Amino acid sequence: MLQKLYDWVDERLDITPIWRDIADHEVPEHVNPAHHFSAFVYCFGGLTFFVTVIQVLSGMFLTMYYVPDIENAFASVEYLQSQVAHGQIVRGMHHWGASVVIVMIFLHTLRVFFQGAYKKPRELNWVVGVLLFFVMFGLGFTGYLLPWDNKAFFATQVGLEIAESVPVIGTDIKTLLAGDPEIVGAQTLTRFFAIHVFFLPAALFGLMAAHFIMIRRQGISGPL
Amino acid sequence: MSEKKNNQVSRRQFLNYTLTGVGGFMGAAMVSPMVGMAVDPLLQAEGSSDFQYVMDVSEITQEPQRKSFTVPQEDGWYESESEQTAWIYRTENDEILALSPVCTHLGCTVDWESGDHDNEFFCPCHNGRYDRMGVNIADTPPTAPLPAYEYRVEEGKLYLGKAQPRGGA
Ligand code: HEM
Ligand code: FES
Repeated sequence: MLQKLYDWVDERLDITPIWRDIADHEVPEHVNPAHHFSAFVYCFGGLTFFVTVIQVLSGMFLTMYYVPDIENAFASVEYLQSQVAHGQIVRGMHHWGASVVIVMIFLHTLRVFFQGAYKKPRELNWVVGVLLFFVMFGLGFTGYLLPWDNKAFFATQVGLEIAESVPVIGTDIKTLLAGDPEIVGAQTLTRFFAIHVFFLPAALFGLMAAHFIMIRRQGISGPL
Repeated sequence: MSEKKNNQVSRRQFLNYTLTGVGGFMGAAMVSPMVGMAVDPLLQAEGSSDFQYVMDVSEITQEPQRKSFTVPQEDGWYESESEQTAWIYRTENDEILALSPVCTHLGCTVDWESGDHDNEFFCPCHNGRYDRMGVNIADTPPTAPLPAYEYRVEEGKLYLGKAQPRGGA
């Protein structure tokens, strides 16, 4: 049945070369943990991607209940966490995933660094990787405010003070992020929400596409 | 042939230029109002500061007292009363000083003489310290003195305005 369906589509659109080109590649021996267990260090990039997919999916579902409004944000999170079926699990995935993804991207970066995999010809992919790192931090920072509890509020307060300590343009950076030069309030929450849910994910997808296209063109580095 | 047409624009070039120009113009027309929206907070005029009654001048002592007061606050579409705190006292020169409790390191709340910090303001977050005048003590994290509120005295009553930074040290 499924095979027939596939053949029907393939006959018309010739889709086999498309997925072959994406999926049908041999894994070199030196990156395969089945051959050398120490090759597990090559998994961290893929694990980062895996957790990112969890973040994106769980985040999409959280936005079905979450409202970025200072009167209601906390209550909406509390509701989705305690009343909504499996809400606790989905929020838990997003909450813990936010930390795990940072750990994974960090381990992946360490592997690339200590293997010297960033050297010619892969310099550009290192640069894209660093940008991905910044985007991840941005997602963590902006997401942390969203539950609008005390911890969220004061962590953001401190984060904004750090931004403000930049010479000359510090206050402008803070105002742009927070929506007000002094208040961390209604406008801060809507801004952080927009940045967290639209702007940074868009940047994330673009950078990830560039990252993966470059990997396919250049292949994986090594063996050492 | 190509020599004759040297300084002529080919059809292809002409199309490239016009399409890039028109496309760029359309792109800019689309994006510039959006950017304007995003930077609006930078363009807003700073709100004038009102002065709020806080305490009677006769009650001000040499010992800093912690006083709370509320200030009407406008945050975009959200209007509220914001609770503020000041450490209010007379300095050795008998001048009134009202200090903001917001640490100039990373914004925690400082306390007067908490723990064993006699005659000092102390910030528990990273052990920031300020002397009696609210001036940051060298080799502790804060980089500037505590901000001081603008104040006004009318008929024996103390009114506070905005907390102003007092220069880095
Ligand atoms: C790598 C990507 C992401 C990271 C690292 C991340 C990080 C975070 C963090 C740290 C929080 C606070 C969670 C908590 O305290 O429980 C949060 C909340 C939230 N995020 Fe994300 N996020 C990511 C992607 C997304 C995406 C793509 C969306 C939506 C399309 C999203 C929607 C939300 C929502 C609605 C909340 C508030 C609900 C809550 O606090 O439980 N996130 N995020
Ligand atoms: S915030 Fe006060 S010492 Fe760091």
